[in-house]
Amino acid sequence: MIGLVEPVARPDAPLARRNPVAKLAAALVFSVILIVTLDPVAPAIAIAVELAVLPLFGVHPRVLARRAWPLLLAGAGILVTLVLFAADRSGRMLFEAGPVVVTSGVLVTALGLVLRVFAVALPGVIVFATTDPTDLADALVQNAKAPARFAIGALAAFRLVPLLGQEWQMITLARRARGVDAGRDPVARLRLFASTGFALLVGAIRRGTRLAVAMDARGFDAGTPRTVARRQHFGVADALLIAGATALASAAVATSVLLGTFRPLIS
Amino acid sequence: MVGAVELRGFGWRHAGRLAWAVRGLDLRIERGERVLLLGPSGAGKSTLLAALAGLLAEDSGEQEGTVEIDGLDPRKDRERVGIVFQDPETQLVMSRCGDDVAFGLENRGVPATEIWPRVDEALRRVGFPYHRDRPTAALSGGEQQRLALAGALALRPELLLLDEPTANLDPAGAALVREAVARSVDADTTLILVEHRVAEALPLVDRVVVLAPGGGVRADGTPEAVFGAHGDALAAEGVWVPGRPVPPRRGTAPAGDVLLTADRLGLPPRLAAVDLTVRAGEALAVLGPNGAGKSTLALLLGGLLKPGTGRVAASTELAGADARTAPHRWRAPALTRRIGSVFQDPEHQFVTGTVFDELALGPRRTGRTEPEVRATVDGLLERLRLTRLARANPYTLSGGEARRLSVATALATAPRLLICDEPTFGQDRRTWRELVDLLAELRDAGHGLVTVTHDTEFVDALADRRVLLDRPTAQVPS
Repeated sequence: MIGLVEPVARPDAPLARRNPVAKLAAALVFSVILIVTLDPVAPAIAIAVELAVLPLFGVHPRVLARRAWPLLLAGAGILVTLVLFAADRSGRMLFEAGPVVVTSGVLVTALGLVLRVFAVALPGVIVFATTDPTDLADALVQNAKAPARFAIGALAAFRLVPLLGQEWQMITLARRARGVDAGRDPVARLRLFASTGFALLVGAIRRGTRLAVAMDARGFDAGTPRTVARRQHFGVADALLIAGATALASAAVATSVLLGTFRPLIS
Repeated sequence: MVGAVELRGFGWRHAGRLAWAVRGLDLRIERGERVLLLGPSGAGKSTLLAALAGLLAEDSGEQEGTVEIDGLDPRKDRERVGIVFQDPETQLVMSRCGDDVAFGLENRGVPATEIWPRVDEALRRVGFPYHRDRPTAALSGGEQQRLALAGALALRPELLLLDEPTANLDPAGAALVREAVARSVDADTTLILVEHRVAEALPLVDRVVVLAPGGGVRADGTPEAVFGAHGDALAAEGVWVPGRPVPPRRGTAPAGDVLLTADRLGLPPRLAAVDLTVRAGEALAVLGPNGAGKSTLALLLGGLLKPGTGRVAASTELAGADARTAPHRWRAPALTRRIGSVFQDPEHQFVTGTVFDELALGPRRTGRTEPEVRATVDGLLERLRLTRLARANPYTLSGGEARRLSVATALATAPRLLICDEPTFGQDRRTWRELVDLLAELRDAGHGLVTVTHDTEFVDALADRRVLLDRPTAQVPS
């Protein structure tokens, strides 16, 4: 579970080394600008840009593929849903099978949406693949003035996430040992699932409480101004990263406007 | 001279509870004293430590009397107190060791230039063997507890509180933590230690304070004076008084039929292949360091996990016609009639809302009639001193009560084979003896018994045969 968020990039890559807040802001700006258009051209350009900067972040394409596979599922889902249920059946008819009518209009819309999902989500995937969670929390506190209570608290809670998987397995096994199983009955399965989830929640709350007490005992959030052991710098290069992301995403949208393919989200 | 700790008529009742966790406590501890705090479970030791650490928020309960550290309310003077808790998992905050020690220093506003020298000093004092970049997740339990100790010491507390810091550890890990405490706490730091295992803790302390279950102090003085005057009475109340071995309960008859056979049984990378035989009327103890896969073996023998290598075979004596299939393929009700499993954490096994229903669950699911269920449950409640708790919610029980209940739930379906994972973990002497007696009776009545444990005294008292597991080779300790 934690594997999805551990940094996997070469840490010395020029852009991976940038301030985590700068990387996060750049990804956010890049994605938000792309949301304004529904056409396939702008996201296609954006994806090309994202793949082109990959080496600068020190992320191997294979690593990206491994982390981005849920996006493939989402993309396939969109494609199937639109082909089957799209209301707009304009354009040239490509083929027809019973109630399923696939036209060029449907395909272009579907393609635009699938590309959009990738273009908007990949920057986030790249940022988390190149950022250590501790560094991100530090930078959020130091450079983005996020409250330490929130950022460091979330970081600490995050350490407990992998335990939930083990805990789920233990509760499931313990119930089987007590003579409780659902067999093939789907209703019983659902009830067992819910009650296991409840037991997991009870355990997680207890554990979270214990962690909060331990943090409290070490003076966390006691009102004393906190100092920082690990300094995060936000420099010119970091500002340039955000500016670059803004410029590139704007250029992708501008190209789409110039080519006449631009379809605003709100028209 | 101002006393380091001063309690006058101190009492605390947690919000929503009828009973007081601690009451009528008068106690004075001078600076630099090393105190072992004892008392049977439920005497309020942990509540007292929480009060001293300033962790009992005023709105979380009701207080009587006063608690002061150098004349100040500990809630307002938290900087002078450090505390280490029992569970390593929930007291480490950061993912790198050095960052975790630095966490408290950051919170206290220590200037950035001083933080890393103090981190390194604290790690050196506890004898921490790794660089500060080491991930906390890669440490063993004993190493994690030493790191937690370093995190407390880096803040240079005047009062250090240790709340059963070795209870979750194997003997080797526990010894490392005690050694770290002995070498790292300097002469003018006051130390208060809560620990069940008195004999191991005595070299660290010069004074013993025993809390009475009903409130107040039961005994107070040097270890020799306290155990000399009250040794027998304290032992009867559940305190682990040193030099009072429990009479062993060896098997009276030779072991009977084979119930279960493990043949090259393993689950890489958690457990290397093991061969063993479990017989009726025999208590088998499985020992080994943390990470050797003892709990995994218990789950495999209990028919709860699918073996990775080799196999588990039940005999016809245990399973009749079902002996042809492996226990992990049996349906749960069939399994629970034959093999009972008692988990390390009792709360994992609780499914219902009351102690009575918890005990009735197994018999009901294996198709017994309601009068039969009632008779079984009443018998077990009586035998394990749980009758007055029949209507209580299992999650509200004390550690000892929860353990007795979890053993009782496994016995309710009268399985021929019982598998226990660390059944005596964290128990006071009284519950411990009851468990030994109960398990010995089962064994003598012809049940098979497998116990996975670190508790060598338990093994000495009960086991007829031992199996020692080693860590699987070529594996990073986790």
